[in-house]
Amino acid sequence: MITAGIDMGSRSIKIVLLEDIKVEGAPQIKYDMKKPYLMMPGDLDMDKAAEIAFDSACKEAGVDKGSVKRVYATGAGRKQVTFAADSVTEMTAGAKGAVYMFPNVKTVVDVGAEEGRGIKADSTGKATDFAGNEKCAAGAGSFAEAMSRALQLSLKEFGEYSLRSDKTIPMNAQCTVFAESEVVSLIHSSTPKEDIAKAVLDAVASRVCAMVRRVGIEKDVVLIGGMVHNVGFVSSLKKALDVEELLLPEHPEYVAALGCALLAAETH
Amino acid sequence: MIANYGYKDGSGDYYISIDTDKCIECGANRACLTACPKGMFEIMTDDYDDEVAWIKAQFRKSLKYDCADCKPAAGYSSLPCTTACTPGAVKHSW
Repeated sequence: MITAGIDMGSRSIKIVLLEDIKVEGAPQIKYDMKKPYLMMPGDLDMDKAAEIAFDSACKEAGVDKGSVKRVYATGAGRKQVTFAADSVTEMTAGAKGAVYMFPNVKTVVDVGAEEGRGIKADSTGKATDFAGNEKCAAGAGSFAEAMSRALQLSLKEFGEYSLRSDKTIPMNAQCTVFAESEVVSLIHSSTPKEDIAKAVLDAVASRVCAMVRRVGIEKDVVLIGGMVHNVGFVSSLKKALDVEELLLPEHPEYVAALGCALLAAETH
Repeated sequence: MIANYGYKDGSGDYYISIDTDKCIECGANRACLTACPKGMFEIMTDDYDDEVAWIKAQFRKSLKYDCADCKPAAGYSSLPCTTACTPGAVKHSW
């Protein structure tokens, strides 16, 4: 049976197609994950965008759309996926996907474009505790993106620059708008870009860490979401959480979509 | 599950925590729904098909202000929602 998980994020749509493989004598069902698919919607009609993305995902994975038995949706725009059989929250999907990839995970840190959240998960992948920050963008990827633009750096460079700094410059502003002013002040005072980049990523990590501490930090800890691609943020978060090891999945932005597809597969 | 609804800003943490394990078998006849003067609580079916209380989405970004009328500065000695929830599922972070 093939199932699909669609993560309608605030910036992009992520799709995972999953096929269960029954192995004779094996106690558990194995899943084969098809090539994951990501699309940046170019249309404000999210329902239409979801359909286009789903069609493209099936085409790229070489899967006949009609053979997908069940579709589950998650993410900020999950209710817009009208063809989905059901939708689940980002917490439920993220916990499920993370525990599937790393069975010993207890704490899931999810930092996407517009929102960060801390999730505690049990061994079955069920979310047992969560805290997010629905109000503030300063603990999410969009903030880092805005600050990299202010420094005239690409996102990749932004992370790499921060690793070259060993200075700790506190950023006092809690709000993205005011933080940008603070970055401009630092630029005017000839602070090196490396130090500013580190200050920004330390600030994002500190805000994310505050949320994760609300649910408690218990090993193993995994970081999921698009911010995993920012090497500077990963380093800052590791220090803020004070953990020896921070697990990083191979395809961090698809973990919630994977969790969704798994939940769809487990529903009978 | 302990669900934390709210946010952190420059002035502090503003979260209402709902322990859904205590909330599922509500021993207070869903008293939170009527206890909150602003009607911030509602019952929904969560991802695990349990009927539990949550904070309505329109209040989650303004808890500091919406809950201010029930805090000690406004004359209350205890919060109506936490008092009404006799199983102790509802907690405020501030």
